Amino acid sequence: MKRFLGFVKKEFLHIFRDYRTLIILFGIPAVQILIFGFVVSTDIKNAGVAILDLSKDEVTRELSDKIISSGFFKKTETLLSYNDIDLVFKKGQTKAVFIFGENFGRNLMKEGKASISIIADGSEPNVATLITNYTLAIISNFNRELNGSPASGSVLIQPEVKMFYNPNLKSHFMFVPGVITLILILICALMTSVTITREKEFGTMEVLLVSPLKPIQIILGKVTPYFLLSFINVNLILIMSWLVFELPVKGSIALLLLECMLYILMSLSLGILISTVSKTMQQAIFISFIGLMLPTILLSGFIFPIENMPKIYDYVSMIMPPRYFIIIIKSIMIKGTGFFFVWKETMIISLMTLLFIGLSVKKFKVRLR
Amino acid sequence: MRTILYLIRKEFIQIFRNKFISKAIFGVPIVQMLILVPAITFEIKNVSLCIIDNDYSSESRGLINKLEGSTFFKLRYSTWSEQEANNLLHRNKCNLILNIPSGFGKDISSGKPSKILATVDAINASSAQLTWAYLNGVITDYNLNIITENISLNPVISFPRIMATNRFWYNETLNYKYYMLPGILVILVTAIGFLLAGLNMVREKEIGTIEQINVTPVRKHQFIIAKMIPFLVIGLIDLALGLAIGKITFDIPFEGSLLLLFLGSAIFLIAVLGLALFISTLSGTQQQYMFVAFFFMIIFILMSGIFTPFESMPVWAQIFDVANPVAYLIRINRMVMLKGSTILDIRGELVALAIIAACFTTFAVRRYRKTA
Repeated sequence: MKRFLGFVKKEFLHIFRDYRTLIILFGIPAVQILIFGFVVSTDIKNAGVAILDLSKDEVTRELSDKIISSGFFKKTETLLSYNDIDLVFKKGQTKAVFIFGENFGRNLMKEGKASISIIADGSEPNVATLITNYTLAIISNFNRELNGSPASGSVLIQPEVKMFYNPNLKSHFMFVPGVITLILILICALMTSVTITREKEFGTMEVLLVSPLKPIQIILGKVTPYFLLSFINVNLILIMSWLVFELPVKGSIALLLLECMLYILMSLSLGILISTVSKTMQQAIFISFIGLMLPTILLSGFIFPIENMPKIYDYVSMIMPPRYFIIIIKSIMIKGTGFFFVWKETMIISLMTLLFIGLSVKKFKVRLR
Repeated sequence: MRTILYLIRKEFIQIFRNKFISKAIFGVPIVQMLILVPAITFEIKNVSLCIIDNDYSSESRGLINKLEGSTFFKLRYSTWSEQEANNLLHRNKCNLILNIPSGFGKDISSGKPSKILATVDAINASSAQLTWAYLNGVITDYNLNIITENISLNPVISFPRIMATNRFWYNETLNYKYYMLPGILVILVTAIGFLLAGLNMVREKEIGTIEQINVTPVRKHQFIIAKMIPFLVIGLIDLALGLAIGKITFDIPFEGSLLLLFLGSAIFLIAVLGLALFISTLSGTQQQYMFVAFFFMIIFILMSGIFTPFESMPVWAQIFDVANPVAYLIRINRMVMLKGSTILDIRGELVALAIIAACFTTFAVRRYRKTA
């Protein structure tokens, strides 16, 4: 035990000596949380739009003012003919063009209808759909104003909505749990896989292997400091999300921290597994960085909900540990539910941890070649 | 010139000697593209619905049938207990609870307005808004149906109405693959160039082989150029592979000039590689480099407008993006591939990228010291 503690101390010294890594270890999560909270938003604001008004009468002016002043859009250009549409889209600043046909106002008054065309740039489908939906809503409001108050009896069903868990519809309810999930798996897996392969690559592993320490002690000694550091990191992120975004932990903090420990353990054992299969640091970094980052961002349900993906991805993402942890952390942090609601996910992560440890023990070689 | 060629040859031999890396730099992007591109969509479908029907009249059945008929909603549960419904929401079994109060049918058949309550799981704010908008649409439709059924009671007066038609250009069916492929391609090319080039340099430092170059008459800029070109070539090959996959498996349209796309990507890669080499001259170990690289990559990617609209970011973030090469390349890729923008349309982006590339490369050459 004393030997083991000595080894852990050596590892701590290694880490603390390299203050740059340490700063980044704690700086990255902070910066990411801030970026996600303040910068990344899937809603639209100030989307560039252009107007092609072939009629130029009172009604078109009024309606285009209404559209532009809604806060979603910013007028980039006033077009003169249909040929300009393609040109203005190709420049990239304009995301949608609204076209008023000729004699718009006259048609509206005489024939009781006039038509407006919305052409949105489909190369960004999300923006295109949002712009179209917002504009349609503005137009239907305008219609209603045009006709005065609706005749009595025309609105029978009055739906009311309650936005549960997140009444103000803030996007960090989605992103804070996601960032914790992403950061923990990347940092833990990267850190462990790199420190172990580093010893291998520089030949210092041999020094450790001939020492009286058992292989299991070496691995545990390598992992312990990162376990503690990551745990501190989790606490920092939670405090930040509470102070900066007013997103407190609704459920039991003790349970959340326990689940985080389990997840850290899982990520560390994944890191060990990566280190047993890679020979050089470059290889370890490649696997844990390029191999893990994109799938974690895209397939865990962090930004893109899994329910919306094609069915097969429901199965593909089952092997992704972050998928389960996101459910756990959202349930405890935001919904405030107890262990009873997440025991299945907890069990899956525990099983994955055991599997990774088992595989690494099988693959770990006491001899170098 | 000859010196540079020899150095480049040395780099290529060094890269391809590592069996894993030489396979992974081409294999990983292909596999990730094939798996990730079709996965992503913002389109919402299969919203699981839980109904609390306290009324059980033909009117409430009618509304429920209407909801069931839309592809957007899936009726999963039906219950009388509010608590059970909340429980389902907690357990993530449903995303939307619709509570129809008793007396609903009686009220609307007699022409009185009646309220219904929808509870949406709003953790994902944008999905919640869309779900609510769709639900509202279905209800408005149903409303109209009832009114037209009761047409004798309420003669419909014709109002002047503005009709709106809408179309999506460049991607008629709003196929998300067209949107994601250029983006994921950029991330993969960035990740490979940025990580490998920098690590390669730091590794030489860490194991000491850089000294062997330092004692030769090789000039500083020759060394940096020789470190850049192999990864530039690899990055462009990856890009070509990615485009080929997009064309063959996903049938991505390619409207613009291929040459223009490669020109943009080449300038972009020089910028990214310049930054990678600059950071690597500042770091002592591969671990340090990796973390700094990770830091930059995450910021570059998340702030580039790749998954979220660029215009929605706060102004300071948009100003930061002036120095973010990823933001330019994503715009260039989407514009050239999907819209067929010409060099005149993207000249601003190209010039900005070129300036960034020149700056970073100069920093790298300046900062690289041959003496320890």
